[in-house]
Amino acid sequence: MTQNLLTLSGVHTHIGAYHILHGVDLAVPRGQLTLLLGRNGAGKTTTLRTVMGLWRASQGRVVFAGRDITGFSTPQIAGLNIAYVPENMGIFADLTVKENMLLAAREAKRANQMDDGRLKWIFSLFPAVEKFWNHPAGKLSGGQKQMLAVARAMVEPRELLIVDEPSKGLAPAIINNMIDAFAQLKASGVTILLVEQNIHFAKRLGDSVAVMDNGRVVHAGSMKALAEDEALQQSLLGLAL
Amino acid sequence: MNADQLSQDTNIPSAGSAATAGVKALTMKRLEFDWQPLLLVPMLALLVLPFIGSGSTWLTLTVAGLAMGMIIFIIASGLTLVFGLMDVLNFGHGVFIALGAFVATSVLGVMADWTGSQELWRNVVAVLPAMLVAMAVAGAVGLAFERFIVRPVYGQHLKQILITMGGMIIGEELIKVIWGPQQIPLALPEGMRGSLLVGEAAIEKYRLVAVVVGLAVFAVLAWTLNRTKIGLLIRAGVQDREMVESLGYRIRRLFVGVFVVGSALAGLGGVMWGLYQQNVIPQMGAQVNVLIFIVIIIGGLGSTGGALIGALLVGLMANYTGFLAPKLALFSNIALMVAVLLWRPQGVFPVANR
Repeated sequence: MTQNLLTLSGVHTHIGAYHILHGVDLAVPRGQLTLLLGRNGAGKTTTLRTVMGLWRASQGRVVFAGRDITGFSTPQIAGLNIAYVPENMGIFADLTVKENMLLAAREAKRANQMDDGRLKWIFSLFPAVEKFWNHPAGKLSGGQKQMLAVARAMVEPRELLIVDEPSKGLAPAIINNMIDAFAQLKASGVTILLVEQNIHFAKRLGDSVAVMDNGRVVHAGSMKALAEDEALQQSLLGLAL
Repeated sequence: MNADQLSQDTNIPSAGSAATAGVKALTMKRLEFDWQPLLLVPMLALLVLPFIGSGSTWLTLTVAGLAMGMIIFIIASGLTLVFGLMDVLNFGHGVFIALGAFVATSVLGVMADWTGSQELWRNVVAVLPAMLVAMAVAGAVGLAFERFIVRPVYGQHLKQILITMGGMIIGEELIKVIWGPQQIPLALPEGMRGSLLVGEAAIEKYRLVAVVVGLAVFAVLAWTLNRTKIGLLIRAGVQDREMVESLGYRIRRLFVGVFVVGSALAGLGGVMWGLYQQNVIPQMGAQVNVLIFIVIIIGGLGSTGGALIGALLVGLMANYTGFLAPKLALFSNIALMVAVLLWRPQGVFPVANR
């Protein structure tokens, strides 16, 4: 069995006339939390969307659990037990919190068919989800929507959780709550791939890290090593952690 | 504790966490529903009452308007979902209306003994298969229409308008080939003719039938959309189809299903409209097309509830102006649409994320 749950090899992606990814090589080790760092416009979101089949790789291979998924459609990819939280959170504003959760629970036809034990665990991580269970999701605050987005991604067990900037726009106190949630998720054995700009967030959670620039991965290694090497941080990210 | 019961509990012990701060920051009522658009229909009806003068005439016109509105709703409900789900502007929707009506002339033609009966149950036995066959034929043609005409132009609005209008023209010509170019009478079954007297107001029986059928269609649609997982997927897909796909659902299949059901409902609406007008012509779909686009724009593209409000407003407005100022009949509906859009530019029930 491969150690890497997800591998991208030489992936190129075009969006219309624009060539965004220029041969991305990325490995996401099984059971770890991998962070994808980089400046704005480096290609992080495009990489995640390419993995999910929302944009097609024009060249290269995406392999998940030993299976080439490069040409798969988005529903096929999601069907392989991959959960995705996009940058805009993808909350269905007109649906209630309960309905948002039910949609993600593919096995359940009705709310009372969702796994109670798992829901209780999710509620303990994100009390707002329980509090506003029957409220329209569009009425939640930004932080609560982000909690719902992550909660929705974990409503059923998944092998890989892909999250695009979970801390974006959140108050520092809520970010701590989110960090706790990801730490618990990681402890449950889920492999996680996070795009993150918040260095505090990255430092506390990351096992491995890949830094992107100009549509390529320019550094890959352990988060610990990057956190300890200020010179490397300066050269890769233009800042010290 | 099951998930439904969880909703009842809003007294969660303080977690002492940051999330709790976020929770406290937001105080809101349980499910908030926007009731204002629902008031438009009674407001319009009451507004014209002084101009009409006679209460019995007003009642007759109001029931006629509601009946017409219900038929338009049956036709428009599928179209608004088709647009909402896949951003498809189907200007060919009218062809399914005409197709349903012409199929009904054939089915009812062979059941003349039943439609000619004075007994209402025999009339219903005749009309019901006409509706079902019309829906089946319109649905089947809708399946082919989606596959060969709509699918190649996903995401290209201008091409959608052109090719679906072309599809409707071809459909009209094929109807002429099969049934002939002339107007065909579609008489009401005996038991549905005539009027009931409510005080001094004469209420045509068929208009009551149309209201009942319209309400039944609305009830089934509302139940499906609000109480089933398929309905949940449709409502979610209208808001953000990419996210629905990211959750593992094949939205294209869902869309094909909605397109077929929408076509079948247009076929049903065609039968109802044909019986309402008591004749059918191949161009009837194009005539109704204008009204249904006004309806779905008033309602908010993608909103079924909005389509109902829009259809009732259009039906009432057409009947009131037909009585008060016949020359303004078509203009009045466009003026209604403009007035609604000045109030709510996205329609009475705007769909989120659109």
